[in-house]
Amino acid sequence: MSRAVGWLLLAALAAGPPLALAAGQPFYVDILTRLVCLAAAATSLNLILGHGGMISFGHAAYIGIGAYAVGIPAYYEIYDGWLHILFAVAFSSLFALATGAIALRTRGVYFIMITMAFAQMVFFAVVSIEEYGGDDGLVIDIRSEFPLVDLEDSLTLYYACFAVLLGTLYLVHRLVRSRFGMVIEGARGNERRMASLGFAFYRHRLAAYTLAGALCGLSGAMLGNFTNFISPEMMDWTRSGELIFMVVLGGTGALFGPLMGAAAFLLLEELLSGWTIYWQLPFGLLLILVVLFARGGLAGLLEGRRG
Amino acid sequence: MDAGLVAAQLLNGLQLGVLLFLLASGLTLIFGIMDFVNLAHGSLYMVGAYFCATLTDATGSFLLAVALALPATALVGAAVELLVVRRLYRRDHLDHVLATFGLILCFDTLVQILWGPEGMAIRLPAWADGQQHLPGGLVFPTYRLLIIGAGLAVAAGLYVLVTKTRLGMRIRAGASNPAMAGALGIDIGLLFTLVFALGAVMAGLAGMMIAPITEASIGMGNEIIITAFVVVIVGGIGSIRGAFVAALLIGLIDTMGRSFLDMGLKLLMSAQAAETSAPALSAMLIYILMASVLAFRPQGLFPPKTR
Repeated sequence: MSRAVGWLLLAALAAGPPLALAAGQPFYVDILTRLVCLAAAATSLNLILGHGGMISFGHAAYIGIGAYAVGIPAYYEIYDGWLHILFAVAFSSLFALATGAIALRTRGVYFIMITMAFAQMVFFAVVSIEEYGGDDGLVIDIRSEFPLVDLEDSLTLYYACFAVLLGTLYLVHRLVRSRFGMVIEGARGNERRMASLGFAFYRHRLAAYTLAGALCGLSGAMLGNFTNFISPEMMDWTRSGELIFMVVLGGTGALFGPLMGAAAFLLLEELLSGWTIYWQLPFGLLLILVVLFARGGLAGLLEGRRG
Repeated sequence: MDAGLVAAQLLNGLQLGVLLFLLASGLTLIFGIMDFVNLAHGSLYMVGAYFCATLTDATGSFLLAVALALPATALVGAAVELLVVRRLYRRDHLDHVLATFGLILCFDTLVQILWGPEGMAIRLPAWADGQQHLPGGLVFPTYRLLIIGAGLAVAAGLYVLVTKTRLGMRIRAGASNPAMAGALGIDIGLLFTLVFALGAVMAGLAGMMIAPITEASIGMGNEIIITAFVVVIVGGIGSIRGAFVAALLIGLIDTMGRSFLDMGLKLLMSAQAAETSAPALSAMLIYILMASVLAFRPQGLFPPKTR
């Protein structure tokens, strides 16, 4: 059931933007672009959070690293898109590898806090580098340049982001079905058993953590291209909280869970903020209610599971 | 380097450390006893500040306002525990993080509805507003000295409460083994509510003490709560003694780093390089400290002996 809804959602996302443009509503293309980027980021988080049980509270840092991997070269008037993507993926995976190697030695709440601490380091580092705008952020005047495609066109940009989402979904899907995925899922369930079976799952976890960082960096690069304006606020710790919320709202460990979660998150944000300037109050209440009463998330509800 | 400046910054660091201790002591108790991750602890800090600001306006006396605002904050804390937190003790840390993240959104918006988007300043009484001439020709604001004194007094009071009183004995029993304490006839539910309210009072007190300097504002707790978490982790979860040492350490490191790191770096590198890297590095110092503590001593500096 949740698979079917996920495919429907993907189909709607594939067909939606041209329809919105035809209906004279370019505003919706913007919302959908943001949705697709955040859904890709949340899907990458789900790989480690949902499947691996690693509750990273610093995933927004990779969005920031990816976005600044576009913004800083653009600041020096380097607009080559492949270079941007190389920077985004390389720097986010390096950061994930280095911090993950330390963080994965810890467990439970210590892991939550150390991942957040590393993200805060990136946040404050960017805040204090005045060359790149510091607190005020950085404007990207020209988007990444690729041969044949022109990201300045909103529809092209949308489909580029959509392709990143599809690629992320496919990769995560293939990965969790593989032996590698079984190892990290097994280690989530019972570390001692996996160890006694002879799996050195630390390496698998580190690989998954690094891959999740790299994928999220890629979606951050797309998000930076879309917004044309990047600031440290993109990696504030509350942003990491929102990504976790998307994953949990959709349903941890379900392939389309993060996509549904991101869609529901943005839909709610749009609806509630159109309805009242105090939209964060019902939003926060809903978050509490989801945690208290709908633990399987949307995917769980669709499968008829509860609590 | 001017000795007077160093002494003044030491006092500033001590003042920050004392505030951090007030926040972190409640956090570490809630963490240690209920195994609950409370991101919304910073909201109680904010609520305390707003209560105090309103009551200062209403009564005309800062001290009376603090005396009235403390029980009011305790009531808010107890209500949060009874309505939301209580249902989450048996859940995992991910649920704690999400639900209390929702609480933050609710609190921030409620404060905005009740008090408006502008911050609220608190006017200090004349006796607290001046400067003190300390030995050695040092001039330091009276109020900051009062914060240090009051904070140390509260720390001493908390020490007596936990180690010398019957309630403290129950708290320690609950911390080392809640199930056994319950079996021996201690009302664990009531104990948990009391501990949560106690934590709320101390967080609120910290907010009331800082508000005359910074003013009460929305989201004021969201930044400092992360630092308080760093204190809890560095000190060792559940250890009040650890929280005290770590709070002073982190208050001093943060303040001294921001003031003097550029001078230290100038000994190692060119003046220009030092001036650009010092702000970034000093903002990251406490997170680097936390990451190194977790990497080499994952249980914190002073883990409680009982667990």
